[in-house]
Amino acid sequence: MSGSFRTGIGGRIRRERTVRFRFDGVTYAGVEGDTLASALLANGVHLMGRSFKYHRPRGVLGAGADEPNALVEVIRDAGRTVPNLRATQVELYNGLEARSQNRWPSLAFDVGAINNLMAPFIPAGFYYKTFMWPRKAWDALYEPVIRAAAGLGHAPTDPDPDSYLNRYAHCEVLVVGAGPTGLSAALTAARGGGRVMLVDEQCEPGGSLLSEPDVRIDGLSTRDWIARTVAELNANPRVTILSRATAFGYFAHNMIAVNERLSEHQADPVPGAPRERLWQIRAGEVVIAAGAHERPLVFPDNDRPGILLAGAARTYLNRYGVLPGRRVVIATGHDEAYRTAIDLSRAGVEVAVIADLRPRPTGPLVELARALGLPIRTGCAITGSKGGRRVTSARLSAILGAGKLGPPDEIACDAVLMSGGYTPSVHLFSQSRGKLRWDEALSAFLPDVSAERERSAGACRGVFSLEAALADGATAGAAAAGVAPPTPLRTTAVDAEPAGVIGAVPHDRGPGARAFVDWQNDVTSKDLKLAVREGFQSVEHVKRYTTNGMATDQGKTSNINALGVLADELKRPVEKIGLTTFRMPYTPVTFGVLAGMARGDLFDPVRTTPIHGWAVDQGAVFEDVSLWKRARYFPQGGEDMEAAVRRECVAVRNACGIFDASTLGKIEVVGRDAAEFMNRFYINAWTKLGIGRCRYGVLCREDGFVMDDGVVGRIAADRFHVTTTTGGAPRVLNMMEDYLQTEWPELDVWFTSTTEEWAVIALQGPKARDILAGLVEGIDLSQEALPHMALTEGQICGVPTRLFRVSFSGELGFEINVPASHGRRVWEAVWAAGQPHGLTAYGTETMHVLRAEKGFIIVGQETDGTATPDDVGLAWAVGKAKPDYVGKRSLARPSMSAPDRKQLVGLLTESPETVLQEGAQIVASLGLKAPMPVIGHVTSSYYSAVLGRSIALAMVSGGRAKMGETLYSPAGSGDVPVKVVGPVFYDPEGARLNV
Amino acid sequence: MSDVIVAGRSPFEALDGLSMPGLAAAPDRTRHVLRGRDDIHSPAAEVLGFALPTDACRAAGAGGRHALWLGPDEWLLLTPAGERVDKALAFAIGDAPHALVEVSHRQVGIILDRPDAAQVLSVGCALDFDLAAFPVGMCTRTLFAKAEIVLWRTGENVFQIEVWRSFADYLWRYLVLAGAEFA
Amino acid sequence: MLLITCPYCGPRPEIEFAHGGEAHIARPQDPSSLGVEDWTEFLYMRANPKGVHAERWRHLHGCARFFNALRDTTTDQFVATYKTGEPRPDLTAVTA
Repeated sequence: MSGSFRTGIGGRIRRERTVRFRFDGVTYAGVEGDTLASALLANGVHLMGRSFKYHRPRGVLGAGADEPNALVEVIRDAGRTVPNLRATQVELYNGLEARSQNRWPSLAFDVGAINNLMAPFIPAGFYYKTFMWPRKAWDALYEPVIRAAAGLGHAPTDPDPDSYLNRYAHCEVLVVGAGPTGLSAALTAARGGGRVMLVDEQCEPGGSLLSEPDVRIDGLSTRDWIARTVAELNANPRVTILSRATAFGYFAHNMIAVNERLSEHQADPVPGAPRERLWQIRAGEVVIAAGAHERPLVFPDNDRPGILLAGAARTYLNRYGVLPGRRVVIATGHDEAYRTAIDLSRAGVEVAVIADLRPRPTGPLVELARALGLPIRTGCAITGSKGGRRVTSARLSAILGAGKLGPPDEIACDAVLMSGGYTPSVHLFSQSRGKLRWDEALSAFLPDVSAERERSAGACRGVFSLEAALADGATAGAAAAGVAPPTPLRTTAVDAEPAGVIGAVPHDRGPGARAFVDWQNDVTSKDLKLAVREGFQSVEHVKRYTTNGMATDQGKTSNINALGVLADELKRPVEKIGLTTFRMPYTPVTFGVLAGMARGDLFDPVRTTPIHGWAVDQGAVFEDVSLWKRARYFPQGGEDMEAAVRRECVAVRNACGIFDASTLGKIEVVGRDAAEFMNRFYINAWTKLGIGRCRYGVLCREDGFVMDDGVVGRIAADRFHVTTTTGGAPRVLNMMEDYLQTEWPELDVWFTSTTEEWAVIALQGPKARDILAGLVEGIDLSQEALPHMALTEGQICGVPTRLFRVSFSGELGFEINVPASHGRRVWEAVWAAGQPHGLTAYGTETMHVLRAEKGFIIVGQETDGTATPDDVGLAWAVGKAKPDYVGKRSLARPSMSAPDRKQLVGLLTESPETVLQEGAQIVASLGLKAPMPVIGHVTSSYYSAVLGRSIALAMVSGGRAKMGETLYSPAGSGDVPVKVVGPVFYDPEGARLNV
Repeated sequence: MSDVIVAGRSPFEALDGLSMPGLAAAPDRTRHVLRGRDDIHSPAAEVLGFALPTDACRAAGAGGRHALWLGPDEWLLLTPAGERVDKALAFAIGDAPHALVEVSHRQVGIILDRPDAAQVLSVGCALDFDLAAFPVGMCTRTLFAKAEIVLWRTGENVFQIEVWRSFADYLWRYLVLAGAEFA
Repeated sequence: MLLITCPYCGPRPEIEFAHGGEAHIARPQDPSSLGVEDWTEFLYMRANPKGVHAERWRHLHGCARFFNALRDTTTDQFVATYKTGEPRPDLTAVTA
């Protein structure tokens, strides 16, 4: 390329500050204030990417969020590689390293470009039509090849080292967009005294004014007016301005999600410094001042590098001091392109021709261009371009009417700047579920009926004139804040005619010509027409079939042109075709900012018991049970889990074990109707339960299936200490509140979660009483005073305790409830007192084995939400005389007592060493081939050290009638024969409990 | 039970000195949940020395004792460590239906007292902390990130937080990280 | 995130609430007297309307009260909230 395309003066850049960066391995120089796109253009580089489907060489098209072509990866290191960034929005910093996408091995020579030559064979819907069958080829061939060829950029290979922040915010008025309209709206709204937030995606406020150096507002230059406005806003403590902050989602009840980029623009962000912040802003009123996007022209070969939007070219010139070329062709259907022509001409660029589709364009801008002597051809269509990696000429034809074109004319140029007019950005409005209407005069969808407390202002609702937009913003800001609008500001802006063109430019190029509508997804006008010919009528179907508007740019440049093409083809007006739905995010956001601070230590709360630290000190291995960490086993001297569990089990059966049961859910049920509530709620009978006695309670849902279980102690006539499963506590409490508040509000009873009030130390084994004896005060531990399933209150180690005589192991057992703060101290005292007795700490794994030996169920292991109390052998718990309890009516359904229901049984393998897999299926006979009838499954399976053999619990269809029968469990090594036995393997008489 | 936490263990012990200015564990407290209908209001007031707050989300207190409205029939009673009001309350309320449950050890208190306290809370809590929306004296259960808390504003820049003990470590770490961006 | 007006605490963020299914389905006084069809109707059958739906919510991480809400299932907008036990508001009165 021939030298620098940087102008000598002008723009909002700092020419004296050189910034070095690399693009595809080549080092370039830009200046401070550049974007990656403007810096590359200043170096004469237009080729910035390859298209997604055809891998066609592509230059930058726009200058902002709407950019479909110039997608790049920015690489800091292996953990910080960000794909799919728009080069037009990447702020340049020293050392920036960027890579183009969709090319291999290089941008200039791309093997995938073979797709371009194959284009006639890859029409719309090609994937759907071609890769249908044979089915096997999909896995082996189609999918791998498509996956290798597709995709935009590369994900980082290392974990993301950056941090991300979150913030909730509230304001009376939120203004989205800090262009002239948004600044005007925020300024007015702030005068109402409420909290005002102004968010803008760019690095500084100003929006379109940043590209308007020559206009004066209220007698000030745009630079000074922006500065004055921002200063007034900043001086107001009730105003917050966020830059580099994209409002990407509009959620119900005026919740706006904003992605604020904190360090993306910095050359050397402080290590660990936050990269982005997610704002969730709840606004009383929202003013959307999102501006508009320029429409490209849909003409053959309109995607060559060097062909860009006229407004973008003007932004590069006026904001970045960059020339898009030396000799340009302006192709337009709208006045705004004349502004570009005029500014470029004044900057010394040769305007070869302004080709205007309109037969008789008028207005001050056209007249100004004429007065400057710029060559203008009216009624003139651009029908093609030439060039390799850069456009070299434009093909122009006169429009003769009735679909006829005059002979073509080739105009040499190094850039084509096009404009079809401006499309209001209704993305956020549409996300808010507001209804749009089609405005024929503007060829645009405009906000019509709001669904939220929201108003659009300025260009995003079709008010394009600067003076009118400033006034519109002020009016919207005033209305949002409930204040009177100020006197309108005067400007020196020359207005453009708002109307433009949509759809395809007429051409005479034959069927092979490709006029792109959607640059990013490579959709041409021909694809859209093909979709219609193949029978697609709905715009939603056409979108999915052709993928028009489905790329990461959300069709910002393509949607309206696509509608224009469809309207022509369907012979229907645009408003009858309708628009596809806009979805968040407005521009792509990182996963990091959505995850926010919920990473690492803070991903979830890690709940630990008061005794946790002791278990850590002892080298316990932990498991996650809901959010809790529970000690699973306590390995000694290099034991594996199996060895540790066998030792722990034997110790409990022969001496004593100590177990941290603090995570058990606990609910205090208090009130004079407490017993009545318990009676209605649990399946058991409670009224006759004596004070100081416990009962194993079973809770069903209303559909009759077991939901939870746990021991319930009666502390006083009006007070029950209810325990639940570890994971079930919130569910049970919620269900209690549900029935009390909504079905039985007449009951005088209240529930309080006491899970964390008490540390629970389970002491289980024949020596348990001996160990406790020296620690308690005022408690008679004898079998007579405190029998199995009794409880008492008193003191242990000087602190109050609720002492339960209960057992989940089948041994003599106590559960010592002490205030949580004292849990560790009491545990250590019990531990010390137990040492002479061989006291052994055990974890959840041993607890599971011990209870399985006794045939005690675990809700959620033996039950799966479809087991009745009778299915799991708990029919005895039902208070049969009760007229009602939750689940009773459902349990009376005949199917709930059908003889072939799955029932809890024990299983014994022939070989005592064979431990069945939990979850393994049970079948009736040997040698069945899948799919075979399955009659049950293994729910719990362990090696029992004390029994010297394996044991298993299972749910088997009609299991209780199959006692003694041999069934089979299919396993990888063949069917394992199992004998059906009762579920209680150890001490079936319960002799060890009542000692 | 005046030595409740002193003799026992605080869940903050594992935090390894992780701290930030203006974040502190609250002094020991005795805590009860009081439930009941309108007929407990006046006997409760006699014992407590002030009227139970009946406006939603408001706290009341006197003489170091406080009652926080948590629901239309639910109050969290905070009294200085060891100062027990449960027996006196039960006696005064008598036959009026009610429930009184001690929760001294279920939860712990955290005080956030710094000029930007509301902003620090806004990192993890979706409520509006403008003084008009969340005035001094307001209290409510809510969520901070994934932890349920009781949040009580005792000064323009002072918030008392009550949190279940197993969530305290998470909450503390989160607040320290949240505060880091304001350092 | 929706903003839900708790009848006790006022407008609060959605994350503090738990949904509780269709409202105004009273548990029968004596379930055992119900035939299979009536019980099935109570247990399983729900209106699932397109449009305004009366449903139960609980201000779980707030005052912990259950309450009822009218929510438009097509827009997710809450039309009204009211305490448990109160009759379903007359919508014509609400919008008037």
